[in-house]
Amino acid sequence: MIRTGKDQALNRRGFLRVSFAATGGLFVSLYLDPRSVEGALAQEGNQAAPPAKVYPPDAFVNIRPDGKIVIEVNRLEFGQGVQTALPMLLADEMDADWSNVIANLAPAADVYKDPLFGIQMVGGSGSIAHSFKQYRELGAKTRAMLVAAAADRWKTTPDQCRTEASVVYGPGGQKATYAELAAEAARKPAPSTVSLKTADQLRLVGKKVKRLDSRAKCDGTLKFGLDLDLPGMKVAVVARPPVFGGRVKSFDDKDARSIEGVRDVFEIPLAKGTGVAIVADKFWPAKQARSRLKIAWDVTGVEPADSAELWTKYRQLGQTPGNVAASNGDATALDKIASANRFVAEYEFPFLAHSPMEPLNTTVRFDGDRAEVWAGSQFQTFDQIAVAQVLGLKPEQVTFHTEMAGGGFGRRAVTDSHVQREAATIAKRLRGTPVKLVWSREDDVQGGYYRPMHFHRVEVGVGADGLPAAWRHVVVGQSLLAGTPFEAMLVKNGVDETAVEGAADTHYKIPNFHVSVHHPKVNVPVLWWRSVGHTHTAFVMETMIDELARRARMDPIAYRRKLLKPEAKKLLSTLDLLDRASAGWRNRLPRGHAVGISCHESFGTGVACAVDVSIENKRPRIHRATIAVDCGLAVNPLTIESQFQAGVGFGLTQLMAKGAITLKNGVVEQRNFDGYVPPYIVDAPVAVDVHIVPSTEAPTGCGEPPVPVISPAVVNALSQLTGKQYRTLPLVSV
Amino acid sequence: MATFKLTINGRRREVTVDPSTPLLWVLREDLKMTGTKFGCGISACGACTVHVDGVATRSCIVPISHVGERPIVTIEGVGQDPVGRAVQNAWVDTDVVQCGYCQSGQIMAAVALLKSTPKPTDQNIDESMGGNICRCGTYPRIRQAIKDAAMQIANGGTR
Repeated sequence: MIRTGKDQALNRRGFLRVSFAATGGLFVSLYLDPRSVEGALAQEGNQAAPPAKVYPPDAFVNIRPDGKIVIEVNRLEFGQGVQTALPMLLADEMDADWSNVIANLAPAADVYKDPLFGIQMVGGSGSIAHSFKQYRELGAKTRAMLVAAAADRWKTTPDQCRTEASVVYGPGGQKATYAELAAEAARKPAPSTVSLKTADQLRLVGKKVKRLDSRAKCDGTLKFGLDLDLPGMKVAVVARPPVFGGRVKSFDDKDARSIEGVRDVFEIPLAKGTGVAIVADKFWPAKQARSRLKIAWDVTGVEPADSAELWTKYRQLGQTPGNVAASNGDATALDKIASANRFVAEYEFPFLAHSPMEPLNTTVRFDGDRAEVWAGSQFQTFDQIAVAQVLGLKPEQVTFHTEMAGGGFGRRAVTDSHVQREAATIAKRLRGTPVKLVWSREDDVQGGYYRPMHFHRVEVGVGADGLPAAWRHVVVGQSLLAGTPFEAMLVKNGVDETAVEGAADTHYKIPNFHVSVHHPKVNVPVLWWRSVGHTHTAFVMETMIDELARRARMDPIAYRRKLLKPEAKKLLSTLDLLDRASAGWRNRLPRGHAVGISCHESFGTGVACAVDVSIENKRPRIHRATIAVDCGLAVNPLTIESQFQAGVGFGLTQLMAKGAITLKNGVVEQRNFDGYVPPYIVDAPVAVDVHIVPSTEAPTGCGEPPVPVISPAVVNALSQLTGKQYRTLPLVSV
Repeated sequence: MATFKLTINGRRREVTVDPSTPLLWVLREDLKMTGTKFGCGISACGACTVHVDGVATRSCIVPISHVGERPIVTIEGVGQDPVGRAVQNAWVDTDVVQCGYCQSGQIMAAVALLKSTPKPTDQNIDESMGGNICRCGTYPRIRQAIKDAAMQIANGGTR
């Protein structure tokens, strides 16, 4: 979502500060990243950097008498592994005994806000990138306080002491455990500055460390948000309008109320339109009751979005230039190239649902002057404020627990906090009773907040050397950010950066390069989907480049190397590594197989991908994928390997035959995993080997960068097998 | 409402619920055994997989009234069994999980596979695991962990 890649121009480096305005609205302001602001302020000149934030160690580390060290994680854990990686950073500097570290997901609080973005959130693959220094310093400060306490006890100086595995050792053979020293250490002031370990002193960082949450996720003991059970808790479901924005005209709840265990049925406002909430003792009666509700809906004045009509409109819009996103060189150069050396490619990308495995849910208890919330949220700050607004409270009166979440992929990062607002609205009526709002899978598949549909039209002119000589590119798609608190920062001159990222800022050196964008308004709520704009831009760029390489009869890796800008160091390094790591299998491919190549940088991380593909049962079968990644310093190479091995599987969602959300007369045509079918094991690569470029540069994220590369790599292989181009997704037929 | 006597993980349990209630919701809400997960409600994702009389079964579509006397094993109890324990250990050793939400169902499906097919081929794995969705996409590691568990069981080494 918000990009912080090294390639970003300084003037786009910013972060948000969100606070709660007295008027009840969100107050959002833009700051510059203090770490990148030097030298840029003079030309930027708009706002000063905020004072450096102080993070008290006691908000992050608790050393218990039994020796366990509890580390607070300022992020949601939903698979990406920060619940292990962030404690690694802290524990390493602290010299904590890793076998006694417990990670806890922190509740919503100022101190847990992202140091760069200024809100508590997970997004933009920024967890490690933004909290790397923060968590290391916290560990070093904690260690310094423990050593100071030990030195006092032994009447010596801190420099005479050393630490290892939660023990301080003194000069005369003394030793004391961190647990023994904790109370005294807590009275020591936290040092304002600390020096961090050098690379050779690190014991955890850079090592393959297994996840802390594995066992509990394998024996059924780990509690996700949906597993929450509180005394007296009720369960709610909501009947939502068939068309986004529809309203309840009237409803008959006689049959619904006849079901045993149903406690209440009432109309509630939704983010768009209104719905009917059903509160019951348990989920099953609530769901049954919902199916027996008779609701008359009012959809007058509501635009019934229709995929077929939208495609017609988008294709037309795509023939005309939009708002300028990139303009380099002669805008008419393309027209001067002989038509034989030009070609046009048009691409279509459908709406996509995120469909995390754990259905959306939030539990709220409203006690009049206080409230408590339990939610697997990517946006704790927004969601806490939203609940407070609904309940007429201040955010600090809302205790917000971060629950472990079963996936998210962007779906739990919603600026309008619609799930939490619904839950709070229902809880308000049930004052004193905790109520868990559950979205069924149907609610999720049909509930909107999709990756927007996009149309791309690319016209390219090819030079005598086989390289692109001119490029004209029009993107059509809804703005993700229009109407959100991020709009002011990331929508400039009518261009939502998240629609063109990965294309307008391409790392390929293409002369006479022009990208523009149209943002039609459509009555379908849209949302970032893991890797955001790169989901479609990388597909366009990497299939186009591959086609150009094929037309030039050049090796796809060599072609990319030749076309990349010299400053695209991460892509060049990953292509080199990919070439070496995959040469063995690429050079002895079975008959009927083809290699597909792609590379793409997103969120500051460079990725190159090679896949071995054949066609089985008229579908691509991916026998193998080799991935090379440059993400700076690899904090936990095991997590990085996992993110890439699995993240490419998530990326394949958009190649599935039924990998699309479509609308007919305003109604979503898919209901569940039978109509919107994500990849199963047979659709994923059989094996994925991941190779990390050795680096000591600042770490960049690995949550989203696996997604963009896989789909173009697979269709690039298919194109070689069939001679066809694949530019319309989902991949209904090969 | 009706009362049903169940055998779950070797223990006798009794619940009084609407007979149409799926086994999944009896486990989760009446017996507070939340290790078995709700993913889709239409047997399309496998997150709710349990063993009913040894057979991997989607508990989200089995009404409690259809269970009868057949013994039920869930993720909370599967570790009592050597194959179950080996699979859970292989999952941890291979660092399979990411969000982890689907993994109860994946493990239950894998245990059923290994009980019927101790040395599964890739094709056996595709078939037996073919109905379980992992949105994180941990499939390559699931495949590896099944093979590791098979080897561990063959070598008689279950911890």
